[in-house]
Amino acid sequence: MKVGLLSLGSVLAILLTAAMFLTAGWGRPPIIAKQNGYRGTGEDQIATAAAQRILQAANALPDAIDKASPDGERATAVYKNVKVLNDLSADQFNRVMLAITQWVAPEQGCAYCHNGDNLADDGLYTKIVARRMLQMTRHINKDWKEHVASTGVTCYTCHRGQPVPSNIWFENPGAPHAGGFAATNDGFGHPTKANGTTSLSIDPQAPYLENAEQIRVESTKALPLGDGASIQSAERTFSLMIHMSEGLGVNCTFCHNTRNFSGWSESTPQRVVAWHGLELVRDLNNVYLDPLKTVYPSTRLGPHGDGPKLDCATCHQGVSKPLYGASMAKDYPEIGGERAP
Amino acid sequence: MSYYQNIFTQVQVRSAEPEPGVAVPKLERTGKGFFVHLFGRIGNAQVGPIYLGYLGSLSLAFGFIAFEIIGLNMWASVNWSPVQFVRQLPWLALEPPKPEYGLKVLPPLNEGGWWLIAGFFLTASLLLWWARVYRRARALGLGTHTAWAFLSAIWLYLVLGFIRPLLMGHWSEAVPFGIFPHLDWTAAFSIRYGNLFYNPFHMLSIAFLYGSTLLFAMHGATILAVSRFGGEREIEQILDRGTASERAALFWRWTMGFNATMESIHRWAWWFAVLCPLSGGIGILLTGTVVDNWYLWGVHHGIAPDYPHVFAPVVDPAPATGAVQ
Repeated sequence: MKVGLLSLGSVLAILLTAAMFLTAGWGRPPIIAKQNGYRGTGEDQIATAAAQRILQAANALPDAIDKASPDGERATAVYKNVKVLNDLSADQFNRVMLAITQWVAPEQGCAYCHNGDNLADDGLYTKIVARRMLQMTRHINKDWKEHVASTGVTCYTCHRGQPVPSNIWFENPGAPHAGGFAATNDGFGHPTKANGTTSLSIDPQAPYLENAEQIRVESTKALPLGDGASIQSAERTFSLMIHMSEGLGVNCTFCHNTRNFSGWSESTPQRVVAWHGLELVRDLNNVYLDPLKTVYPSTRLGPHGDGPKLDCATCHQGVSKPLYGASMAKDYPEIGGERAP
Repeated sequence: MSYYQNIFTQVQVRSAEPEPGVAVPKLERTGKGFFVHLFGRIGNAQVGPIYLGYLGSLSLAFGFIAFEIIGLNMWASVNWSPVQFVRQLPWLALEPPKPEYGLKVLPPLNEGGWWLIAGFFLTASLLLWWARVYRRARALGLGTHTAWAFLSAIWLYLVLGFIRPLLMGHWSEAVPFGIFPHLDWTAAFSIRYGNLFYNPFHMLSIAFLYGSTLLFAMHGATILAVSRFGGEREIEQILDRGTASERAALFWRWTMGFNATMESIHRWAWWFAVLCPLSGGIGILLTGTVVDNWYLWGVHHGIAPDYPHVFAPVVDPAPATGAVQ
């Protein structure tokens, strides 16, 4: 009895210890801490060498494609049904097609979007989507310099050799709940990838990255002036911030001085860039991505019938500057939104 | 020294037969008690006899009802899947009503009604157990220190889940039930109200919390260290100071110039422990009702230091009017 109980206790202790070591997502030291803000404010960025090696490998650039002259025969003269890239030379046009194939459908090839018998045919939904994505890419590079600066974006920023980017999201109705009078909990209390496996809101994206729900929950005055934001909205904002932090591979302190999350004067300049990023994401989701739901086959739609949408992680993929800040777009004026001369 | 009591004892603290306890009037209890070897390794091996009475029985029944409401709602939130219930248990929640419901009694069950009912039964259970602790202490002829210390914890619980939501006019201001949910709520609460660390009552509460652990460690260490001189007979030594007390006092006067006494150290510890939730409860009560942003309050009162700016000035990019973020 005594020995039995003691061995049971020891086995339990060993199992619990093993569970702690195997399940908690440890990072192996040494931890690399880079000071960001003023000393003593704890504004450090934390990383491990192993995690950085994985990210470096994942963010390797694709092979460059030889430049094409903007002069010479026009694309519209050579190809039929050119609706977006109609300002390019035929050489440039071919270069874009080559690049898209390499970046988006390297295995599937031209036939992923094109009817092999008639390249001008708009029969495949993928071609309609690709055309819209080209417009979107030009729009980002031309109109959203506050966020993408002169670095810009290309198809590769999101796609990374995959027809569907790895980080997309749909409105999340959550796993099935029991119906009737069982508590619904308003989307709280389940770990998801988007909420960083917290018990915060399971869907940090739809309220802020599609709709324009108020992110700012803190008072700007020390003393109360009537009803402020609810704690639930603070929890939802928190969930969004965790999503941003995970998507960019940074700590809260990359943008904020955490003693005063809401104060702009104590924030880092990156917070302004991130603010424009949120505006950008909302614009793209509403103007470009969600409307495509009428084009997609039903297998590409979310549980609510909404189209796939983007968030911070779609481009950033765990790095504060996508592809570590390498500007592929400057080598591709064809999708840079600037009219080829 | 076969009765020497300590954690991980070398000897089992047990008598031949379970001890009924000292003779006091009306000490009605159930059973005769029994021994558990493992308990004997960390304390007294004897369990019971116990007295539940109507207060204890009702408290357990109400506590069980609250536990069931919370647990069944959590299980329902994974669609009655036993596997998901176990996997997600630390995350599962029973959330208070949404802000729209204000202080409504009773909102729909699936929209916070269950939370309110569970809260009622849990509160009733705690208060009944408090009355039981008080009455058992009186029945034994003891002081009621334990009951008042327990009430301090109940005060913090009531402020968080009842008094402050009442003052704020929303049940939604209260804490959800759940392991991670109440922790995530705490972090969000601090963020919403501009960083609780600038709340002076929160500061006091932390000082009393850490102070309690420090005092407990100092006192425990002192008594263990002088037990070879009979220092474990603390209460005797209050009245009849022996060499254990003298040596303990001398030790602390040597090392830090001052010593508590055999009696006062227990008052120190009791007050530190009681003041931790007491001051914390005051801090929570003031949050949102009297102060909306503790950081800005701290700046106003000169308790938030100003650090040099290492970045170019950062300005809110949102348009001055009609800001959406």
